[in-house]
Amino acid sequence: MIFIDTLLLGISSGAIYSLMALALVLVWRSTRVVNFAQASQAVLSTYVGYEITMRTHNYWVSLPVAILFGAALGSSIDLLFMRYLAKKVRSGPIAEIAPVIATLGLLGLLQSIIGLIWGNSFLQYSTPLSGKGFTFGNHTVPFSPQNLLIVLATALVLIVFGVVFKFTNLGLALRAASFQPEIAQLAGIRVGRIRNIGWAFAGAAGAVAGAVITPTSVLSPNSLDLLLVSGFIAAVMGGLDSLVGAVIGGLVLGIGFAFILQYVGSSVTFLAGFFILVIVLLIRPRGLFGHQLGRHA
Amino acid sequence: MSDGLVVENLTVNYGAIRAIRNISFTVSANEMVAVIGANGAGKSTLLKALSGMIAPVSGSATWNGISLQKKRPEELVRLGIVHVSEGKSVIPELTVDENLALGGLWRRDKLDVSAALRDSLNLFPILATRLAQRADSLSGGERQMLAIARALVSRPKLLLMDEPSLGLAPMIIDQIFDALNHLRNQLGLAILLVEQNAVSALKIADRGLVLNLGELVKSGSSIELLGDADLRTAYLGF
Repeated sequence: MIFIDTLLLGISSGAIYSLMALALVLVWRSTRVVNFAQASQAVLSTYVGYEITMRTHNYWVSLPVAILFGAALGSSIDLLFMRYLAKKVRSGPIAEIAPVIATLGLLGLLQSIIGLIWGNSFLQYSTPLSGKGFTFGNHTVPFSPQNLLIVLATALVLIVFGVVFKFTNLGLALRAASFQPEIAQLAGIRVGRIRNIGWAFAGAAGAVAGAVITPTSVLSPNSLDLLLVSGFIAAVMGGLDSLVGAVIGGLVLGIGFAFILQYVGSSVTFLAGFFILVIVLLIRPRGLFGHQLGRHA
Repeated sequence: MSDGLVVENLTVNYGAIRAIRNISFTVSANEMVAVIGANGAGKSTLLKALSGMIAPVSGSATWNGISLQKKRPEELVRLGIVHVSEGKSVIPELTVDENLALGGLWRRDKLDVSAALRDSLNLFPILATRLAQRADSLSGGERQMLAIARALVSRPKLLLMDEPSLGLAPMIIDQIFDALNHLRNQLGLAILLVEQNAVSALKIADRGLVLNLGELVKSGSSIELLGDADLRTAYLGF
């Protein structure tokens, strides 16, 4: 029983890690930038969702608004900030690292802005769904309707992304632009515009993560920072380039955490994340789903 | 307003190096012009400048009177100028089918995209048997065919070909060159063909431009250039 309970917990938190990892991979694939600002983008989208929930008293209204806001925010960061930066710092050793440092700066900036608007104290909001576990006979599992929402929302995002990437022209353009931007451009694809859509998708995925996880805990300007770390570990485990890898990396990490928490203790959980990462990288240096030869420059 | 590609006093830098100095030439429809010269003569840089990948330092290039300056490659594709870059310009991670589809993604006329796709597959029938395979499973020759076929799905008017023969077996090179011949003769394309393989290139081209260290040192009809003994020893080494 404890085994199943632990597994359920792991899947629920793993789903969230997957979403965050997905958001990081989407940006990394097309721009070669690890977007540390993703945590603050997700949290800002969640604050917007919080505000809507407070005003309308309806979580279901706030959810799509937060997701659209997340997409718009991602797209704007690319347009107003990253694209401009890429133009200014085109070559030299700084060209590779500058965008990453910039995303770290954005992380701090967005969190400060959130603090100015909403303050730094913990906020709470709830969904109409119960946080109490489902009961089967006389056993209550630690998996609530809210957890179910988390898993379903993640699954839905994955299905939508999967269909878009595999079966639509937009998806083909997104893949072409991330694999070989130069050749995609020569084939007539507006790579800048397509990249921007990648940023929007990433922003939306992060917003979904923030909006479904936050009702189970609290909201503060840096309440999703740890999620960023877990998402990053999951993404690296999955090979950073692979969307499927990000999802599986997230689940492996979530389930791993749950079991360590259950059978070893809470003091080592965070450490365990890095431990799992190191083990995976030792066995498969390119991550679980990384390309064998890497990407061409 | 002049027809075709008109290049006037074009100067292009490649990084810190002046790769192309003050070059002028034309290419019209139904015409294939070969750009030949040793490695490092600036041939590839010239194509990159014409397809919008590098901004020239000075000079001008126009296509049917429209300036090519300050236009991105993807916009030039919409004007009918398609660059098939060196090294089999395909996306290895995508299938043959997907690579071909890329050439028509931006086009509104989906009926003509299908027609162009059929034409491309008729030109290189081997690709029709490989549609579901990933491009990285193709041979070098098949990849080059795929790169050209993808360009044709865009219905180009000017084809910028960079070293299509590079690393291919003679039989495959013949096949590729036959295809280029067909594109010029039957479809009336203008083709600017950059080649290290000077003799083969001049044999199918109408005219040739000889580049040396970024300068246009000679130009003339292919027959003239093939018979020029000085040229052979000085620049081409054959």
